[in-house]
This record gives sequence, C-alpha cells and structure tokens, in this order.
Amino acid sequence: MDFAFMRDAFLTLMAGVPLTLNLALTSIVFGAIFAMLLAVMRMSGLKILDWPAQAYVFVFRGTPLLVQIFLIYYGLGQFRPTLQEWGLWTFFREPFWCAVLALTLNTAAYGSEIIRGGLQSVPHNQVEAARACGMSGFLLFRRVIFPIAVRQALPAYGSEIILMVKATSLASIITMMEVTGLAAKLISQTFRAVEVFIVAGLIYLVLNFIITRIIMAIEWWLSPHLRRPPAVEPRLEAAHV
Amino acid sequence: MSNGVASLSPQSAPAVSVHNLRKSFGSLEVLKGVSLEAREGDVISILGASGSGKSTMLRCINMLEVPDSGDIRIGGETIGLKKGRKGMQPADQGQVDRIRSRVAMVFQSFNLWSHMTILENVIEAPVHVQKRPKAECIAEAEELLAKVGIVDKRNQYPSHLSGGQQQRAAIARALAMHPKVMLFDEPTSALDPELVGEVLRVMRSLAEEGRTMLVVTHEMGFARDVSNRVVFLHKGVVEEEGAPTDVFGAPKSERFKQFISSHR
Repeated sequence: MDFAFMRDAFLTLMAGVPLTLNLALTSIVFGAIFAMLLAVMRMSGLKILDWPAQAYVFVFRGTPLLVQIFLIYYGLGQFRPTLQEWGLWTFFREPFWCAVLALTLNTAAYGSEIIRGGLQSVPHNQVEAARACGMSGFLLFRRVIFPIAVRQALPAYGSEIILMVKATSLASIITMMEVTGLAAKLISQTFRAVEVFIVAGLIYLVLNFIITRIIMAIEWWLSPHLRRPPAVEPRLEAAHV
Repeated sequence: MSNGVASLSPQSAPAVSVHNLRKSFGSLEVLKGVSLEAREGDVISILGASGSGKSTMLRCINMLEVPDSGDIRIGGETIGLKKGRKGMQPADQGQVDRIRSRVAMVFQSFNLWSHMTILENVIEAPVHVQKRPKAECIAEAEELLAKVGIVDKRNQYPSHLSGGQQQRAAIARALAMHPKVMLFDEPTSALDPELVGEVLRVMRSLAEEGRTMLVVTHEMGFARDVSNRVVFLHKGVVEEEGAPTDVFGAPKSERFKQFISSHR
C-alpha cells in the first residue's frame, strides 16, 4: 500500500469534512425540532394531528433516503416555474439545501419515533406528582416530562445522529463535495479506489468516534441519579450557618 | 389534639368539604355518594378495605380523579366542573392548578422526580408554580429537610435513598408549598415494616402542629392515637364515622368491627 499517496488523499479528503459536518449538523438540528413537533402530534390524542404524523413517518421511514434526495433535487426541478413564483427556487436550486431538506425530513421521521418512545416511558406517577403540585400544560412538559423523556431517548437518538453523519455521504450523488464526493472525484483521477475509500472510511470513523464520546459525556452529565451516590456529603456544616 | 386555631374561628369555611361524591370507572361504581367535612386542624384517618373507594375519594379532592357528580369545596371555594367529551372535567384548569398548589399530596410510592436532587424536588413547585424567590425557597427547603431528618441527603437523588427517606422527602416537598390541607394516600403502605415508624413520627409531628390532614391509611395505631376523626368507607359509602375513641371503643357497624379485628 502506498502510504505517501494515502497521506495526500487524507489531506484532500479532509477539505470535505467541514461540508460533511455542516450537512449533518444543520439537518440534525432542524430534524430534531421537526421530530419533536411530530412526536407531540402523535401523542396529542387528536386524530387530526396524529394521522398526518403517522402517515408522514410511514412514508419517510419506508422509502430510501437516496430516492428522497433524487426526488427533491431532480423532481422539484420540474416545478421550477411554480417554485420561482413562490420565491422558493433560490432554495431548491442549491444542491446543499436539497440535501439538507432530504436529510432533515428523513431524520425527523426516525427521530419522532425515538422521542415518542422517550415521552411514553416517562413514569406516570412522576407526572401525577407534578400535577398534584399545580403544574400543567407547558410548565409540566418543560420541567418534568421533557427532562425525563430526553434522558430515556438520548442513547437511541445518539445512534440516529451517527446514522445522519454517515447519510451525508449520499449528498455526493447530487454534486456535494463533502468527504465522499471528494473521494469519488479523487478516484476518478487516480483509479486507486481502495486507498481512497480506506482513508474516507477512517475519516468517518474518527468523526463518529468523537460524536460518540460527546453523546456519552452528555448522557453521563444528565444521569447523576443512575450513578452511585457520593460517599460523604461535602461541607455540610458550612451550608448551615 | 386539634382544638387550637380551628375552634377559635367556628364561622370560617371548612378546609375541605366533600358533598355527595360519586365516581364510576366504567361500569364499576367506586363512590356512591360520599360526604366529608374537614375543619382547619382536623386530622382525619380514612380507613377501608382495598376497593372501598378511599383512595379515589382522596384523589378527587385535588382532581387527580374527576368525580361524576358531587361538590368539592376547598376553603369555601367550589371546584368548577363541566361536561366534557369523556365525562366530567374541570371547568377551569387555572383554578385546579391554584387549588392544587394549596392542597399538597403525599403518595404511596413517593413519586419524587427521579432527575432532580432531593433539594431540587422540594423547591421545584415553590419556585416554578408559586414563583417565590429561589434563595428563600432553598433556605426553607433546608429547614424542612432538617425537620424530617434528611438534610444530609439534600444533594442526592431519590434513587439513592431508602423508601422511608424518600417518603420523608416527599413530605418535605409537600410542606414547601405551605399547603392549607395535606392529603396522604397510604403513605406507609409501600415501606418495609422497619421504615414505617420514621414516616409516622413525621406525620404525628405535623398533626401536633395543627395541620389539616386527610390520611388514607392501614395504620390503626395512627388512626387511633393521632387523628381526631376516623372515617370508614365500605363499597363506596361511609359506613362508620366519629372520634377514634368512639368508633374503636364501640363500633356500630358490623363491617367496621370485622375490619378492626382483621387489622389488629
């Protein structure tokens, strides 16, 4: 194996990391907000909100992300006059935003199910205790239901985030020069697929390693109640003067 | 017992007044017209076999269960009810929240918030529901935790405490809201026998302070020695009611006689 070439390939592909992260982060943030909305719709108990959310999840979870990207990038081009009329063409003209839209819509479908699972696992008796204290509506959600649900959902949502980082590689198919896009370009110039893809794979591996660690740190920080208690209460007397 | 403040102001409205309460779950009628009145400073023990409706009645008082009919008044204020899509529901959630912040509840399984420390559990409602200054709430919470004997646990999480300690924390959480009335729903039933005493001691000291308490319990000793009134429910109706010395000394109802003898 040609390690000098692999080092050069590494430097070339690293230039794609900011775009990979940008695609992932943007769609994860928008996707999480949308997922939250979908989960609340599903939990609302109102058919008029529940059914559209269910149908949405069914469609976006049941079709390949690549097909969704193609439909948005190539398919919406057919409606260019209409989109121009609505002032949306500047948005759909950009492959970046088409990729972000597809990734966002896709992760929202998966994310909403994860969040719904988290919300459903909130112990009823803790919600009841909050109600008995006079909490209701958004206050109850913000102070009790959501914090408990997040702790339940975080491990699964961490997997979804990693899946999203990897899914950004599909954006290369619509001309995005992120890590995979640059790799494909480099291969077409050098015909050395094995080295280049090994380097690309390693880059994704390192990115996901860092992300896994960050998620683990957040989980640790959010779950002191699941760890062993401190052996001795520090400075008890000082607080009582 | 409770002849302190209450007897000086006989005109004031009863702390809790329940009139002709009815509640069914599906085809099962759990409460068949229960009435009950608690004056300020009363400590009422509510006894009954499981399924007698005693917990349901208690949960109706702060609207955790919505009665099908009947009146509930807290400090003279009637809780408004209206017909909803699925039976009765509170007419005004704001009123229910306001009343709930004055009627604290202690649950059988403690129901502390698992993601908050003991101190955070105690200050949560005073800070976020009653909107009191946080520093003041913390100072008061530490006093309350000292009073129930677990101030050294204040920065630990509920899962780190024994059942008895959790229940005492839950009592501190209830006290932190400065409740007019305290509801206890079988507060010692989920505890190991050796932990029951520590919780009962705290409840006894609250009774001695003249707090208004409604206690659903199986602890005959508490009912006899601490409460000033005993209510025995059977199949959704009040079967026996009176001062503990009277009802335990000379029970009128045959069912209550059986109940006492089986709980001795």
